[in-house]
Amino acid sequence: MNAKPYTNAAWLGVLPVLLIVAFSAVIPLMTVVNYSVQDILDFNTRYFVGFDWYRETLRDERFSAALLRQLSFSALVLAIEIPLGIAIARGVPRDSKATTPLLILLAVPLLVPWNVVGTIWQIFARPDIGLLGVSINALGVQYNYAGDALHAWLTLLAMDIWHWSSLVALLTFAGLSAIPSANYAAASLDGASPWQTFRFVELPKLAGVLVICVLLRTMDSLMIYTEPFVLTGGGPGSSTTFLSQHLATMAVGQFDLGPAAAFSILYFLLILVLCFVFYSVVVRPTGEEVRP
Amino acid sequence: MTSRLCRAVLWLYCAYLLIPLYWLLNLSLRSNDSIAGGVELIPAAPTLANYSEIFTNPVWFNGFANSLSYVVLNSLISLAVAIPAAYTFSRYRFLGDKHLFFWLLTNRMAPPAVFLLPFFQLYSTLGLFDTPLAVALAHCLFTVPLSVWILEGFFSATPRSVDELARLDGHTRGYFFFRIFLPMNRAALGVTLFFCFMFSWVELLLARTLTGSDSKPIAVVMTRTVSASGLDWGVLCAAGVLTIVPGLIVVYFVRRHLAAGFALGRVS
Repeated sequence: MNAKPYTNAAWLGVLPVLLIVAFSAVIPLMTVVNYSVQDILDFNTRYFVGFDWYRETLRDERFSAALLRQLSFSALVLAIEIPLGIAIARGVPRDSKATTPLLILLAVPLLVPWNVVGTIWQIFARPDIGLLGVSINALGVQYNYAGDALHAWLTLLAMDIWHWSSLVALLTFAGLSAIPSANYAAASLDGASPWQTFRFVELPKLAGVLVICVLLRTMDSLMIYTEPFVLTGGGPGSSTTFLSQHLATMAVGQFDLGPAAAFSILYFLLILVLCFVFYSVVVRPTGEEVRP
Repeated sequence: MTSRLCRAVLWLYCAYLLIPLYWLLNLSLRSNDSIAGGVELIPAAPTLANYSEIFTNPVWFNGFANSLSYVVLNSLISLAVAIPAAYTFSRYRFLGDKHLFFWLLTNRMAPPAVFLLPFFQLYSTLGLFDTPLAVALAHCLFTVPLSVWILEGFFSATPRSVDELARLDGHTRGYFFFRIFLPMNRAALGVTLFFCFMFSWVELLLARTLTGSDSKPIAVVMTRTVSASGLDWGVLCAAGVLTIVPGLIVVYFVRRHLAAGFALGRVS
């Protein structure tokens, strides 16, 4: 196909988006940058302090602890949900009467408001009224997610897997549906094992959607706030306080504008850098055209 | 991974999805005394009292109405600005187009917690605080980049020869766009609406920060009710069940295009 025409008049078409994004992202972000270099005592008394808040944030042990927890949580979530999602997608029958009901069922957790996800797991895992909590305690294990850090982590992981594995599964299913049946026929003529079919027929075709999966899950798991807020409230102690929660406490709870703003900028940069590194290290060298 | 193993994983996962949901439904049909009394796999004395509490209390009803109004507003704003942009990205090259597209996507990576304070100040200054419009505009932070992303995928898959044929047939730009191009991409519009709806409906942090007493969303009514009356688990669960219903209705309408939509129009 011939190349797309080049015209700068096309900027008119993207102007509405630019305006709305300027309003809902650029102005607020600049406000945060502005806060982050000032010491704000009240709305009339403020001093320019340069990069002091950034230095302080980077030295703050609570920041590094929350960062470490956040990165471990995101790594665990990705390591479990991506393979699980692929397996689920491969299990969904194609062109069968069950296909659409199954896809709808898989979409359900994605449509539940995030605080309700927290509530569902709260009432499910509580050791007094929850089916899960009561069952585990009946087996003789002293399970209490509100009192034990390990139990809190396992419950949060179980909740995140419940909530988001479907996203990976649905994306992968869409990728699988786009593979022509001739490719499978060729593989079976060559006597390929199921594993070889997956590795050499399906996986290369899935590269594009898997990149989207990893990017989306990385971004969203790094931003997680509401579900742990409802389920554990960051506790016990601060064992499940992730970056967003720490930030919300600083900004809204204690009203520490300067430090919270510096924290925000570092947080945003972290997500940008991680996504950029993933994109340039994983996607570029394979030479495969994966459109963003 | 053999297909039999994958099939087993699928069924196990479906059970894993359904059991917590069933438990929510189960508790919503029981009185608080019965809930506190212990585990009942099937409610011994099912009651709809929790639901009637919600339907007769205006606080709950208003919560639902507020949430739906900002979700609908947000979906309309997002579609209105994203359609021309996505069409432009799919049909033309221009100075800085690739950078602009990536820059839009970076907004999808911004943690909402970062924007709490500036949003609060910005909307208070403009007098929008505690209105559905404030939440709708704030949610544009992630729904607009997502909409452009999805629509651009679908629009690029529509051959450009369609545009040229319409011009050769003597149709005006406006006629072509509204009577030919958009109807051809009905599925894409439906899928995009679905995603705007979904992400705006499930978000709580911004919605909670930007609303006061007048336009409290349903999710906030839920969290406040728990803290106010202690342990009204039955009503909480009934509200939880009801918040899942709008999502189910919307997903039913886009069921055929669900898989393609989740791949953001980029499967082939």
